[in-house]
Amino acid sequence: MKRWIRDGDVVVGRLDRQEAAVVRGLVSQIQDMLLARAEEAPQDELAELTGIRTGSSEAPDDPILGRLLPDFHRLDDDAPDPDEVNSAAALRSLHEPELLDHKTGAAETVLRTCSPDGGEIRLTIAQAEAWMASLNDVRLALGTALDVTEDMPDELPPEDPRSPHLGVYHWLTWVQDTLVEAMLP
Amino acid sequence: MTTPVEQERTQPEAVGEEVAAEDRPWQTVVWNDPVNLMSYVTYVFQKLFGFSRDHATKLMLDVHHKGKAIVTSGTKDKVEADVAKLHAAGLWATMQRAS
Repeated sequence: MKRWIRDGDVVVGRLDRQEAAVVRGLVSQIQDMLLARAEEAPQDELAELTGIRTGSSEAPDDPILGRLLPDFHRLDDDAPDPDEVNSAAALRSLHEPELLDHKTGAAETVLRTCSPDGGEIRLTIAQAEAWMASLNDVRLALGTALDVTEDMPDELPPEDPRSPHLGVYHWLTWVQDTLVEAMLP
Repeated sequence: MTTPVEQERTQPEAVGEEVAAEDRPWQTVVWNDPVNLMSYVTYVFQKLFGFSRDHATKLMLDVHHKGKAIVTSGTKDKVEADVAKLHAAGLWATMQRAS
């Protein structure tokens, strides 16, 4: 991978075959988790008639999905305000279907534009934004799974089971950061 | 990252009595997290809200150093839409009444 370069309305990058496999594999996993969550949404006939979809009103139990689909209010862990709990449930139900569409759509853009063989990647500005958001989702998921902290070292001791995954996380950080740099107005 | 942040006052100080809850505007709060990149957060603020590079950078640094920042405020509908956009970008955002 070389850093991303912006050339007018096109953003160009390059991944080798192995790097493309890593990106595609992780993006697919996140997309699968989000699609499974979307299938859990309550089905109701009125929603099908009106086209107004209703998502789940409950936050996901899974910490990775919880980070990708946050509450609309900061709820106190010990003594949440009942009004805010109700409001957060209503807002989640209202907005989550669209959020899931957005995230799975961004993942789809990455999978469509990143060849399994690797090679040059040419993106429109909109596609580059989908890549940024999707890489960010993958890093949020990995960061949650690896319990990443602000002062995370570049490398963990070899006996730490998270050690090999941290390298992938740091590499994705670099890929996303150079993409943002290429895109910053 | 745990230093409490001074609340921005978007309403004048109430004289004599408290401003009724329903009159207080809503605020969009972005919270610090250890994953989101400083460059990306700045980009998102510029892109979603049309902020200048300087203003977006200042808010990003507030999030980073103070743990959170109020990035927009206004009606409930506006703030709700702003939080939804920030969630789509992967930022940790919530909404609250101004205190």
